Amino acid sequence: MSTQDPIAAFRVEAGDLLDQIEQGLLDLGHRLDDRGLIDEVFRGLHTLKGSGAMFGFNALADFTHHCETAFDRVRKGLAPATQELVAVILSARDHMRALIEGDGAGLESAGAAILAQLQAAIDGASGEAPAAVAPAAPKGWRLFFRLPAEAMANGTNPLMLLDELRDLGECRIVARTDTIPPLAELVPTECHIGWDVELRGDISRDDIDDVFIFVMDDMELTIEPLEVEASDAPVQTPAEEAAALVVDVPMAAQDGAASRTPAKPAGESVRVPAERLDELMDRVGELVIVQSRLSQLASGHGSAVGNELALRSISEEIERLAGELRDTMMVLRMVPVASLFSRFRRLVHDLARETGKTIELSTEGETTEVDKTMIERLADPMVHLIRNACDHGLETPEDRLAAGKPAAGQVHLSAHQAGGEVLITIRDDGRGIDRARVRAKAESQGLIQPGQSISDHDLLQMIFHPGFSTAAQVTNLSGRGVGMDVVKRTIESLRGAIDITSAPGEGSTVVLRIPLTLAIIDGLLVRVGEGRYVIPLGAVEECLELSLEEDLRSRGRSFITLRDRLVPFLRLREIFDTGTRPDPHQKIVVIATGSERVGLVVDQIIGSHQTVIKSMSPLHRDVATFAGATILGDGGVALILDVAQLVMLGQNQEERLRAAG
Amino acid sequence: MPEPTSTQWDGEGRLEVLTFNLGEETFALEATLVREILDLLPETRVPGAAPLLGSVVNFRGKIIPIADLRLAFAMPAAEATLDSRIVVIETEAEGETFQIGIRTDKVHEVATLDRAASEEPPAVGMRWRRDFVRELVRRQDGVVVLPDLAAIFRSLTGASDAAAGQPTTVH
Repeated sequence: MSTQDPIAAFRVEAGDLLDQIEQGLLDLGHRLDDRGLIDEVFRGLHTLKGSGAMFGFNALADFTHHCETAFDRVRKGLAPATQELVAVILSARDHMRALIEGDGAGLESAGAAILAQLQAAIDGASGEAPAAVAPAAPKGWRLFFRLPAEAMANGTNPLMLLDELRDLGECRIVARTDTIPPLAELVPTECHIGWDVELRGDISRDDIDDVFIFVMDDMELTIEPLEVEASDAPVQTPAEEAAALVVDVPMAAQDGAASRTPAKPAGESVRVPAERLDELMDRVGELVIVQSRLSQLASGHGSAVGNELALRSISEEIERLAGELRDTMMVLRMVPVASLFSRFRRLVHDLARETGKTIELSTEGETTEVDKTMIERLADPMVHLIRNACDHGLETPEDRLAAGKPAAGQVHLSAHQAGGEVLITIRDDGRGIDRARVRAKAESQGLIQPGQSISDHDLLQMIFHPGFSTAAQVTNLSGRGVGMDVVKRTIESLRGAIDITSAPGEGSTVVLRIPLTLAIIDGLLVRVGEGRYVIPLGAVEECLELSLEEDLRSRGRSFITLRDRLVPFLRLREIFDTGTRPDPHQKIVVIATGSERVGLVVDQIIGSHQTVIKSMSPLHRDVATFAGATILGDGGVALILDVAQLVMLGQNQEERLRAAG
Repeated sequence: MPEPTSTQWDGEGRLEVLTFNLGEETFALEATLVREILDLLPETRVPGAAPLLGSVVNFRGKIIPIADLRLAFAMPAAEATLDSRIVVIETEAEGETFQIGIRTDKVHEVATLDRAASEEPPAVGMRWRRDFVRELVRRQDGVVVLPDLAAIFRSLTGASDAAAGQPTTVH
């Protein structure tokens, strides 16, 4: 058994907590007076502080503590929740993430700045002047604290707290026994005593706070400097706490520097629902039983005929089990796209702030499940598409109102499964793609001839060309001309496809079609010379025979006419340099990505094949024609053709021939 | 330029190696790298790959490339014999660990080489590319060559001129 690193476990847990806090804050941004959300965020911060301190992330615990204190005022109704406060706590959340993941280098000043902003947000909200704090070190402090009755049941030992106070300096402790009930009513496990403490010496307020850091939330605590002994009523804890924030900053910074821990790369982990594991266990159990039947058969002395029958039944059993195991395993790797979509709420929130637009994000079909590697690799392209939608697509509120649309722009994300594919749609109701601008840009880049007639669909495809951006103005967010081509390439490397439609004035829709999984595909097994190759079945449009005369006729130009369209074809035997004679009846497999088609000439079509994709060795990475390899039933290896690469090769050949006239 | 791979002699200047033959020459690789010695497996040619790494095999469900080091040391390709074996090693290049099979004509034994008997490859008078050889170690029955695998594989991915200079052979 491997022992899990508790720090790594904490990082995973803290990551979840931070996500929860972020979601809560984003919701709160829409419904500022929702008590439930405020409580939820507060609980998240509180748990993070506690477990952070437990695992030695002192800088984190300290920083979170201040955020929590500030937020506690909102919870208690002393300050209203405002957009500014939500924004500051969101940035504080990012800082916490940096504290958890990073080594803390250079984070102290950022933390201090956030706390100052937080202070300003709280003060601004509650209408109080920033509390002035006397920087002069007092000679000591007068404290009174009383723990909640159930404190001891929760594991707090008041004697330890008193000992810690004694460690700080000279102490005079007097117990207040005024609330102790009569003996008959006394519950021995409850804490009824309060303590007056006079602490002398050059002690910072922070040190005292640290003693109480774990119990501070529910306890009664007053702290006042000794000089002001004669002053009026004790200051309430929350106010005092908030005031203390300003002096706390440098101290927190020092702590941050001291408790820096080198960042470890977080191990990748997946959460699996328990019943899915049980299913897997059932299959494994069956497999063990079948295996023992098989070994019994191998060592047994039954009649030849009986043995053959038994063997056949075992073989069938194993086939069924292998299929079920595969399906169960695939399901284990599936995670709902909700985990992908939830990341974009923050993105849209930030984009709305940066662009000054009002943007509403809606999502649909979050429970659709996709392979987990797919989720990770989809994140970047989707960020880009959403940025595009918010930055280029949506208009400013004024423009929208002028166009008769509601002021708030809509961005809609949806996911649903269709057969072996998942469709992810990103839709906005903005201005749509400006055809005239796309055309002008395409003409200036020489992609189309001026005045050349081109279908609307093909025109929109232009935006996927490298270096193509229609944004007249390059903003901070997008429009640097890197992007759509990269998005397209990434999606295609996932064996997916991207499609874009756009109606002027009504918005644009981008549809990503991605396969459910990366690990297994349906393939078409073909033979070229002596080698066997797999063509992903999803890319295959049709198979036809290349007759001998057509072969001879097409020698020079390598084109066939397919339903009135010229389709270039590649002779795989020549590309792969097999050195064998072609079969008399060669076949053409027509493959397509998007609207581009290419025929591949093969010697024989063997049939369809469930293909488990294995990656090629890093040493073979420069061989671009193959996307991977798979193992065949006889133990041999078949290489999987990279459809996108071959289509490109075919298109290049077509262009060369066209250029040659 | 990347540094040539250095040999990890132990404290007493010794090194455990597996020795094997390519043609008439005896080569050696660190025994710690060796994972398995296999009989020849059915190989699948990879069109477009460098001839030196021209095929792959199914090694326990993994696809690993087979290297024909003969081509790196200017030897003609030879037919497989009864003694031919594949030595599967695990090695590292550019920060990635991977397995690779080396086609050998005969595998000898695990032997201990002595640093005192080792020499840097001479600057002149060698038929081979100097950077492909880490050390030459004298033994009673001749010289053992310690090849620099990292340099050989680098020459394939980086400058492919080295591969182009080799005779193109298809197995």
